[in-house]
Amino acid sequence: MSDRIEINCTVNEQPQKLHAYPMERLLDVLREQLRLTGTKEGCGEGECGACSVMIDGRIVNSCLVPVAQVAGAAIQTIEGLATEDQLHAVQQAFIECGGAQCGICTPGMVLAAVDLLKWNPNPNETEIRNGLAGNLCRCTGYMKIFESVVRAVGK
Amino acid sequence: MTLIGKPIPRKEGRRKVTGQALYVDDLTFPGMLHGVTVRSSVARGRIKSISFDQPPATAGGSDCHIPWNEFTIVTAKDIRDLKLGENYVALILNDQPYLADEIVNHPEEPIVLLAHSDKYLLEEARRHVRIEYEELPAVFSLQDSLAQKEIIWGDDNVFKKFLVDKGNVDDVWAKADFIVEGEYETGAQEQLYIETNGAIAIANADEGVTVWGSMQCPYYIHKALIKLFALPEEKIRVIQTETGGGFGGKEEYPSMIAGHAALLAWKSGKPVKMIYDRAEDMVATTKRHPSRTRHKTAVTKDGKLLAQEIEFVIDGGAYCTLSPVVLSRGTIHAAGPYFCPNVRIKSKALATNMPPHGAFRGFGAPQSIFALERHMDKVAKTVGLTPEELRRRNFIHEGETTATNQTIREKVDMEGLLNRAFALSDYYTKREQFARENAAGNADVAERGSSPTVREGVSALSRAVRTGTSALPGIKKGIGFASFMHGAGFTGSGEVFLQSVVGAEATSEGRVKILAASTEIGQGTNTIFAQIAADALGLDYDLVEVTQPDTAQVPNSGPTVASRTCMIVGKLVESAVLGLKQTLFGSGLLKEQFTQAEFQEACAEHIEKFGSLKSFSKYEPPPNVLWDDEKYQGDAYGAFAWAVYVAEVSYDPLTYEAHVDDFVAVQEVGRVINPVLAAGQIEGGVAQAIGLTLYENVVWQNGRMLNGQMTNYIMPTAADIPPIRVFFEENPYAYGPAGAKGIGELPMDGPAPAILNAIENAMGASFTHVPLMPEAMMEKSAA
Repeated sequence: MSDRIEINCTVNEQPQKLHAYPMERLLDVLREQLRLTGTKEGCGEGECGACSVMIDGRIVNSCLVPVAQVAGAAIQTIEGLATEDQLHAVQQAFIECGGAQCGICTPGMVLAAVDLLKWNPNPNETEIRNGLAGNLCRCTGYMKIFESVVRAVGK
Repeated sequence: MTLIGKPIPRKEGRRKVTGQALYVDDLTFPGMLHGVTVRSSVARGRIKSISFDQPPATAGGSDCHIPWNEFTIVTAKDIRDLKLGENYVALILNDQPYLADEIVNHPEEPIVLLAHSDKYLLEEARRHVRIEYEELPAVFSLQDSLAQKEIIWGDDNVFKKFLVDKGNVDDVWAKADFIVEGEYETGAQEQLYIETNGAIAIANADEGVTVWGSMQCPYYIHKALIKLFALPEEKIRVIQTETGGGFGGKEEYPSMIAGHAALLAWKSGKPVKMIYDRAEDMVATTKRHPSRTRHKTAVTKDGKLLAQEIEFVIDGGAYCTLSPVVLSRGTIHAAGPYFCPNVRIKSKALATNMPPHGAFRGFGAPQSIFALERHMDKVAKTVGLTPEELRRRNFIHEGETTATNQTIREKVDMEGLLNRAFALSDYYTKREQFARENAAGNADVAERGSSPTVREGVSALSRAVRTGTSALPGIKKGIGFASFMHGAGFTGSGEVFLQSVVGAEATSEGRVKILAASTEIGQGTNTIFAQIAADALGLDYDLVEVTQPDTAQVPNSGPTVASRTCMIVGKLVESAVLGLKQTLFGSGLLKEQFTQAEFQEACAEHIEKFGSLKSFSKYEPPPNVLWDDEKYQGDAYGAFAWAVYVAEVSYDPLTYEAHVDDFVAVQEVGRVINPVLAAGQIEGGVAQAIGLTLYENVVWQNGRMLNGQMTNYIMPTAADIPPIRVFFEENPYAYGPAGAKGIGELPMDGPAPAILNAIENAMGASFTHVPLMPEAMMEKSAA
């Protein structure tokens, strides 16, 4: 195993100096070093999307990202989505529509919905389905998640 | 009644959408070690030796040395040497060891536990524990277990058997116009909660054992750890952390991982965290019991059922775990929502050398209902009736008896549910339209459901590429349904034995805390308990808090299983909070027709005078609910939920794939406490059942699951699931809180037979097993 390296990046707009093995998973560094535990591990192989985070505005599975790749990048996690007193419209919609049940897929699913609406502010049903198809949910059957996205449109 | 029936937002919703909710892997303790499990690589055998090796020397391999002296190592021998308690997971038969001692009975059976502070080194070390075995012959199928090819458990490989006998089926065969036989099978299914199993333990002789974990049933773990550590009950404390889905998969299994973490913590003297990765969770923990059901049905030419003889067998895996209870529920549901004067059901739970199968939403009922509802379509065809007409002629009514001779005392209206489901799904029009278009061989692709999906897009693309055209010919469409019921609460005398207790405690600010061991696992326990309590007292929803389940804080309200949380425990919540009110009335501090402010003031005064204000409520069965455990006769459940589900499918003869295009779920579950949560339960259950039917195929080799990854064990995505349209009929149940019955498992029961009935309607081929994979459809269409 090679030695730890220093990686500078921003996480939720805060500059961070990380000390990590270059091949450590971004997921583990976020959770263990920065204690940002809102990012979840569901499968560890990029299938379930529970570990979704934004890197430079693009959604990625943080379990597949070696931390060396985020040098100089701007990372956003679920903890950086709401301000102190204002939830993001997608978060609010998930609460109102029942888009979250057990909650373990929710941080990733919320970020996937935010990402979808960023690129496509008024998606149709097919686009919503395809936009969220990289994030697995075992509780909801997805219906209330689709409703949540529709509710958040334009807000 | 101001809060019942309202879509009140989930209590813990905010912390879930912001990532603040703390699951077990989100917790950490000073000095904490990580723990892993070394598991059996053979299905059945004798352990000859266990050794702790070093990786082979490689170029520059000096850093690959494993410092075994730094590791905490636990085997079965330590449970004896440390003078702890019993090496079994206390549940029903206590046959499953925490750690295999000499003999292993299934692949992935735990043998050695390791703990270390560096989880990367730990993972390396796990691979270098070498276990030598003398292999023994093993049994991997229901057939071989039934045939007693090897005796691997007890005298006959049978964990449990039941006989339900009503009337006399043997008198009927000779006078029946038709006798219809069929055999049906269901496969294993992984619960696939997105949060894997995990626990953290602190354990030592002074403080006893404390476990935090992802779980459905804190008191199951409590009971198991009392036995494992031979400690008094007050020395064991179990705390549920936020739980990322359960579906039955966290009913009994968490007792295992909690015990393992606690053993490592006891020996190391440090907190130990064990979190399974996905592969370990999939291959080593419980799944839905595979089943085989045989039906022999006597019916008149008018389609009246005369006799049902049903043989139901399930594969329990290597240890008993909950198989007797799963078998019981499957057995009782096997004859369905029909009145038949003569019924005989024989059932068995059998041992194989597979990892033990366990609780999974529906608990045996989805298996036996799948068989029945496929078989009813076969009976209809034989008699020459439509599937719906056969069912209409046999639906059970108020005053009639079930297979266990339970007289139905509710106003059940299966015809009404059927009519509504057919109207909502446009069943007759579609049946006729699909028949016409399938015959013409060119069902209009635009009619392939209201939402084209990625899957369809890919299918369309592959067709276009292969045929060199953009036309999409040959799609076959079909529509089918299933009618069924699901009993809420524990079977038979189960609830009486459980003696569940719920507490309510008022604070001096006039807030009400609910004390129950019933867990929030996504289904909405916190929210509906608060709704029920606030509604019963006429308080604001926000004044009610639900205490985090912690065996040091809450009474045992029973396990979070069996669709019992709302109907049984919710009723106890209602009576516990009404007890607070009665106490305040009794002490003269409060009068009828009180305001919230008066209630709060009265609480403050009462607590000042008497120190505290608490009320506990204990389960009492509704009147006239009688069950005979010996004869397996009587009132199996206090109440049933009733349903008719309709599935619309398309079948692509080019890719051999079936897809569900539309799904209508109509059910009667008593009063709906929270329509958003209730619909969420149905939608999630239907999606999980669509997975069981068309996608989720466990591939076994010598008792080991080969596809233990989300990459090759496929659960439905947002692109696979049809619109799931959910409708409730509300018929308040007198003994449920505000009239509610159970709901959680119901949606697992109906989709598989409805979908296969629809596929038969689409392609003309009759299938008798799930999961139904494209390979099986290819074989039938080639034939």
